[in-house]
Amino acid sequence: MSTTDYEHSVVLVTQKYDVVGTRPIRHDGVDKVTGRALYGADFQTAGLLYGRILRSPHAHARIKSIDTSKAETYPGVRAVVTAKDFPLMESNEILTLGELIVNLKHLRSNVLASDKVLYKGQPVAGVAAANQHVAEEALGLIEVEYEVLPPVVTVLDALKEDTPILHENLRTEEFGQKADKASNVASHFQHRLGDVEKGFADADVVIEREFHTKTVHQGYIEPHNATCFWNKDGKVTIWCSTQGPFEVKDATAYVLGLNVSDVKLVPMEIGGGFGGKFEPYGEPVAVLLSRKTGHAVKIVMTRAEEFESTGPTPGSYIKVKMGATKEGKIIAAQAYLAYEAGAFPGSPVDLGALCVFGPYDIPNVLIDGLDVVVNKPKTAAYRAPGVTNASFASETVIDELAKGLKIDPLEFRLLNAAKEGTRRADGVAYSGIGCVEVMEALKGHPHWMAPLEGPNRGRGIALGYWMNGGGPSSCTIKVNADGTVNLSEGSPDIGGTRTSVAMQAAEVLGIPAEDVHPTVVDTDAVGYTTGTGGSSVTFKTGWAAYEAAQDVRRQMIERIAMIWDVAPDSLELNKGMFLSKSNSELKMTFKELAAQLEQTGGPIVGCGNVQPSGIGGAFAGCIADVEVDPETGKVDIRRFTVVQDAGKAIHPSYVEGQMQGGSVQGIGWALNEEYYMSESGQMMNSSLLDYRMPISLDLPMIDTVIVEVPNPGHPFGVRGVGEVSIIAPPAAIANAIYNAVGIRMDRLPMNPGAIMEAIWEKQREQKK
Amino acid sequence: MHRKTYVRSRINGEDMEFLCEPRQSLLECLRDIVGLTGTKEGCNDGNCGACTVILDGRIVTSCLVLGVEAHDKEITTIEGIAAGSSLHPIQQAFLENAALQCGICTPGFIVATKALLDQEPNPSEERIRFWLANNLCRCTGYDKIVRAVMDAASKTQEAKA
Repeated sequence: MSTTDYEHSVVLVTQKYDVVGTRPIRHDGVDKVTGRALYGADFQTAGLLYGRILRSPHAHARIKSIDTSKAETYPGVRAVVTAKDFPLMESNEILTLGELIVNLKHLRSNVLASDKVLYKGQPVAGVAAANQHVAEEALGLIEVEYEVLPPVVTVLDALKEDTPILHENLRTEEFGQKADKASNVASHFQHRLGDVEKGFADADVVIEREFHTKTVHQGYIEPHNATCFWNKDGKVTIWCSTQGPFEVKDATAYVLGLNVSDVKLVPMEIGGGFGGKFEPYGEPVAVLLSRKTGHAVKIVMTRAEEFESTGPTPGSYIKVKMGATKEGKIIAAQAYLAYEAGAFPGSPVDLGALCVFGPYDIPNVLIDGLDVVVNKPKTAAYRAPGVTNASFASETVIDELAKGLKIDPLEFRLLNAAKEGTRRADGVAYSGIGCVEVMEALKGHPHWMAPLEGPNRGRGIALGYWMNGGGPSSCTIKVNADGTVNLSEGSPDIGGTRTSVAMQAAEVLGIPAEDVHPTVVDTDAVGYTTGTGGSSVTFKTGWAAYEAAQDVRRQMIERIAMIWDVAPDSLELNKGMFLSKSNSELKMTFKELAAQLEQTGGPIVGCGNVQPSGIGGAFAGCIADVEVDPETGKVDIRRFTVVQDAGKAIHPSYVEGQMQGGSVQGIGWALNEEYYMSESGQMMNSSLLDYRMPISLDLPMIDTVIVEVPNPGHPFGVRGVGEVSIIAPPAAIANAIYNAVGIRMDRLPMNPGAIMEAIWEKQREQKK
Repeated sequence: MHRKTYVRSRINGEDMEFLCEPRQSLLECLRDIVGLTGTKEGCNDGNCGACTVILDGRIVTSCLVLGVEAHDKEITTIEGIAAGSSLHPIQQAFLENAALQCGICTPGFIVATKALLDQEPNPSEERIRFWLANNLCRCTGYDKIVRAVMDAASKTQEAKA
C-alpha cells in the first residue's frame, strides 16, 4: 500500500521510528469506501422486528396514566413496553460511563420515564412491530394522560428563587454538605489557589465580563441505533454503534437487573460520536421488547429524536474576571461557571472548571462551578466536555486584557504560559507539557505574520487546554503462519484508531503496519476496555497493543532460543529480524519463525492489559481570519490555522483530521449552532436544515501544525489528539470579530442576529 | 399492512425486481429490501446527503424518492462505483488522502463526487465545495475530502492523457 506525500508540518521531531509517524492507508478503508462496512443500522437477522419509542410532548409534566391497550391490538404490533416492565429495584447506585458519571435511577428514567417527564422527547413507551411504519402508527394509539407543569428552560431561570423544581428530592451538594431544601442546583464546588482578592487588589488592570452560551449537539451523522436479542437462556446480545461497548453493556445490565456477564455487546462500525454515544438509550427498551416477543428488535432514532432525546452539551452562564500587572503578568483569575445539566444532574462543569485557565500560570485563582438541572435533554459528553464554553469566556477576557495593556495578544499569552510544574487551581501540577511550544509555533506561523487587508476583516487567536483521558484497555495479538498478526481490541474505531493502534504493535515487532490486522471485537472476546473517549484510544489501547506486542516478542524469542538451543537473553528482535547478540550467523526473520510455530510448540498469542497512569494533557491554539458583513451580520472564515501538541503523532494524517474536524465543530459552535427553544421548552430547530452545522462551502482549508512534545508517560510519547482542537475557535473568532468591527461578543452563537444587535448597540453608545 | 407494488430497476448495472409499499422511500427499499446497506440514513429528510445515489444520471437523496418512483430507472449506489476487483480512482483518492474518519458520510460523498467528475472532470476548489454542500461531514472539517476530490480529478485527467 502506498502512503501519501504530505508536507510534514511537525515542528519538533522527537525520535526516529520505522512505522510510527508514517501514513499507511487505514485497515478498514476499503470497506468504508465501497459501502461494505456494517454500521449498527445495517445489522439484519432472521425474524427482526422494528421498534419505535413514544416520547413526551411536554418539557415538564407528571404522567398520570398510560393506556397501551389499543396499540397492543393494532395489526402488526408485537409488543408494547413501559417503565412498568422494568424489574422492580430501588437503587441510587452511581455508574461511570465514559467521561461522565450517572445515577442509575436517573438513567432508568432517561430510558423510560415512570412518574414524571423532564424534557420534551423523554421516552415513555416502546413498541415493536413487523416494520417501522406500523410501529410508528401504533405510537399514536398509546394514550398518555399528563399533568403539564411549568418548565425551566435556561440555567438563569433554574437559579431563580421560587422557580419550578424538577426533582423533589434533589438537594444541592455544596462543599460536601447537602442543603435542606430541594433545588435545581445539583452541586456547587470551588477550586481555590492563592489569594484571589489580594491578586485583584494588586493588579493594574482588571476586567470582568459575563457570557451566555446555548445548548449545542454533537451532530454525528449516524443516528443512535440498537438491535437487541433476549435469548431463551436469559442471555442478551446487543449489536449497536457505540463509543463505549462495556459502558453501554454494563449500564443495560444494571438497568434491567441482569448480571454484567449475561449481556454481550457486539460493536458495529460507528458513524461518529464525539462523546454523545456512551449512554444507553434504545438498548434497554429493545431488550425488553425482545423478551416479550422472542425476536431481535431494532430501534433506530430519527434525526429529530437525536436532537430532542440524546445528550447535547450544556448551555451555560459564565462570569470571568482577570487581573494583570502593567508588565503583562496575570496575577488573579476568577470564574463562575453555571452549566445546564439537562434533566438530570451531571453536566461537565467540573471539567470546564479544571481547564478554564489551563494554558496559564496564574498564582491566585478562584473557580466556582454549578451543576444545574433544566427541562432539556440530559447532557452528554461532547469533545473536551465543558471546556469550550469556559474558554470562550476566559480567552476573550485575556484578549481584552492584552488590548488594555497594549501588548500583542500572543506575546501576552506567552508571558503567562503554563510550564512543567505550573499548578492548576485544583492543585494538579503539570508534568512535561507543550503549551509554550504551541504558542511559539503559532507565533512563527506565516499566517500570524501575513498582512490582513480590506475593510471589516480581523484576525484573532485563542488557546485551549484539555486534560485527555485514559482508563483500562486490553489487546491480544495472534501470530499467523505467513508472518502477519491479528490484533483484537475493545476500542471502537471512530477516526482511524485501528491503524494508530496497529502501528504501535508493528513498531515493536518490526513488521509493516499492513501486516497487523486489527479487529474491534465483542465484549466477550476482549478484556475490559473503557470507551473511545477522552482522546484515549491511541494512548491507552496503543499502549495495550505495545504490551501485547512485547509479549509476542518475548514468546517468539523463547521459541527461537529453544530451536537454536541458546539462552533467550542472548537474542533480540531488530527490525523484524531475530538476531543473536554473540553469534552473527544466527538470524531468522519474523516471517520465517512465524511459519515454524505450529511445528515447534504451538501457536503464540500475546496479551496486553493496561491501566496507564501518565496521561498527558494537550494544548492547541488557532488563528482565525474573519470578514464581518456589517449589513447582515454574517461572519465568513477567510483563513484558519490550528496548532496542536500531539505528543507523538502516530499517524499524522489522522491527527490532522482530528485537528481539522475539531476546529470546524468549534467554528459551527461559534457561528451557527444552538438549540432554539420556545418558552414551553420545545426545540424549534430539530432538523439538520434548521440546526445549521458547517457545510463545505462555509469553510476554507484548515491548515494544521502538529507540535510534538513527547508525553513522558507513554512508550511512544502519545498524548490524546481527539478533543482539544474544538476549544479555541469560538474565542479566536470572537477576538477576530472585535478586531474586524470593534464589537466584543459575549454570547454564542455569534450568528448574524447576534452580530447585528452588537453592532447596533455600539452605534447607540457612540451616539450618546 | 399495505398492499405492495412491483418495481423493476437497473441497480448498479443489474436488473432487479422488488416489492415495496407505496410509502417506502427508495432509501428504505435499497437498504431493507434489496439489501444494499452501503447507502446510509443520517436524517431521512434530505438534509445530510448520506443517502445520495445516482438516479438516471442525476444525484438524489434517496430518502426523498419513493421506491415506486424507481420503476424502470437506472440507479447507481456506492456498491456500484468500483469496477470489478479494483477501487475507483475516487475511492482510492479518499483512502490516500485520509478523507474519512468515521466513514458514515463517505458513501454519499463518493457517489456525489462521481456524478460531479463525470460531467466536470476538472472542477475548482470552490466548485467542489459548492457541489458537495448538500453532503454533511461532521468528522473531517471537509479539508481532506476536498483535497481527495481534487486529487481524484487530477489523477483521472493524467490517466486519460
